[in-house]
Amino acid sequence: MTTVSAPTLRIEALHKSFGDLEVLKGIDLAVAEHEVVCLIGASGSGKSTLLRCINLLEPIDDGRIFVAGEEITAHGVDVDRIRRHIGIVFQAFNLFPHMSVLDNVTLAPRRVLRTDRPAAEERATALLERFGLADKRLDYPDRLSGGQQQRVAIVRALAMEPRLLLLDEVTSALDPELIAEVLAVIRELAGEGMTMVIATHEMGFARDIANRVVFLDEGRVLEDGPPDRMFREPAEARTREFLQRIIEAGRL
Amino acid sequence: MARLTVGGSGRRALLIAFVSTVVFFGLIAFLVVNAPGWDQVRRQFFNWDNFFASAPGIVARFEVNVRLFLIAEVLILTLGLLVAVLRGLPGPVLFPLRLLATAYTDLFRAVPGLLVIYVLGFGVPGLRLPGVPNDPFFWGVVALTLVYSAYVSEVYRAGIDSVHPSQAAAARSLGLSQAQALRFVVLPQAVRRVIPPLLNDFIGLQKDTVLVSFIGVVEIFRQSQIRSSATFDFTPYLATALVFVLLTIPLARITDWLVAREKDRRYATSVRATGQRGRRGRFLGGGG
Repeated sequence: MTTVSAPTLRIEALHKSFGDLEVLKGIDLAVAEHEVVCLIGASGSGKSTLLRCINLLEPIDDGRIFVAGEEITAHGVDVDRIRRHIGIVFQAFNLFPHMSVLDNVTLAPRRVLRTDRPAAEERATALLERFGLADKRLDYPDRLSGGQQQRVAIVRALAMEPRLLLLDEVTSALDPELIAEVLAVIRELAGEGMTMVIATHEMGFARDIANRVVFLDEGRVLEDGPPDRMFREPAEARTREFLQRIIEAGRL
Repeated sequence: MARLTVGGSGRRALLIAFVSTVVFFGLIAFLVVNAPGWDQVRRQFFNWDNFFASAPGIVARFEVNVRLFLIAEVLILTLGLLVAVLRGLPGPVLFPLRLLATAYTDLFRAVPGLLVIYVLGFGVPGLRLPGVPNDPFFWGVVALTLVYSAYVSEVYRAGIDSVHPSQAAAARSLGLSQAQALRFVVLPQAVRRVIPPLLNDFIGLQKDTVLVSFIGVVEIFRQSQIRSSATFDFTPYLATALVFVLLTIPLARITDWLVAREKDRRYATSVRATGQRGRRGRFLGGGG
């Protein structure tokens, strides 16, 4: 099924409801390899739900999702195998509090990929070192600052060497002075060509880092385009309204 | 884990607590000692000659209770966990298993433990099926295991439910299977949280081992009964009670210590990691 030219992620007519509430009303989206796509939009526009659907954490109602050409929403697909290749980082970090930082990072490589402990720890330590966390590797998550915890969560996802990384408002739970260190990590990943879909409220960051900005409005992709155009001259009135509110709130 | 405190600070609070305690217990002692039947009760319950004469035999018999509750506890912790996990299994295909686990906990929490011991201890051997043991000790362990696993499975289940779903989601998002997420992420957190209530049930089990005497196991209670009826004196029961007190109080302290150590480890400063010890004391403090 895999073809050379297949985009890393392709979504076709994705629908998702929670009870009577239709959160995603037919999303179409394609993300090429090495592309960084930022999802923007008001709270409740469906950004988080979309990311959770891509990672198969939420069952979808209709539509199809392809990763590297393979349909991951097909019946009978091994979801555990799919998830190995898709990393996700959550707003609330969701580190495992009963494990040290090192064990958090090595759990999946050891249990899922069956990497032996020394090799997994060596790799994890190298990753932690790269993101300035080597001295924290024996600490438990509750001892770390929010920014450190979120960086550990990113490292934990990277340890599985995902071909696609999903970031779900990863700075929204952080104190302002801790946001920069997390954004710096994401910037570095973008520079290395990591394919990412980022739901964010940090418009300045989105403008800097994104190859493409997608504006979600009430469960639909209202418009998308390069950040320069999206932030300077959005085509849709709703997008302009949204950005105006953001500017008034001092977030751009 | 609420700590016993004077309820105030300073010398004055200490003094008030002391005086109030002396007056309170003094009053109770005064009432008991001046009761019309005190002399007879004292002879029959506090006969120190009988106490020391019966104590060695009683303590020796306690070995039977210890074997009962140690074997049963291992089985209970295993069966209870199994039932709790079965009840949490998803999907319509596994409905029969969930039904079975639910029916089991409902039934064995409803029937008084003594009745379970009777039915299994007398009833099953009464069937005289080939290969089925008729040893009352065996059936005592089985009955206690069935009764206590029902309670313990509920304790485990509460622990599992207390772990936020985002933990399982994070584990699944890394590619761990449902079973692996349960095994490595959910259960370790759940079990740590329920250690105090598990110990509570363990203490209950220790005391309920005396019920097995009713199907013919000569353990500590039966032994004190034998002593008591030989001398028309209740002091052996006092000795028996004391044995249980001496066992459970240290156990309660050990649990407190385990819980404190776990908190200490999780919230330990990075200074700890380089060799210095953190202060454990603050976690033993009230409400901590």
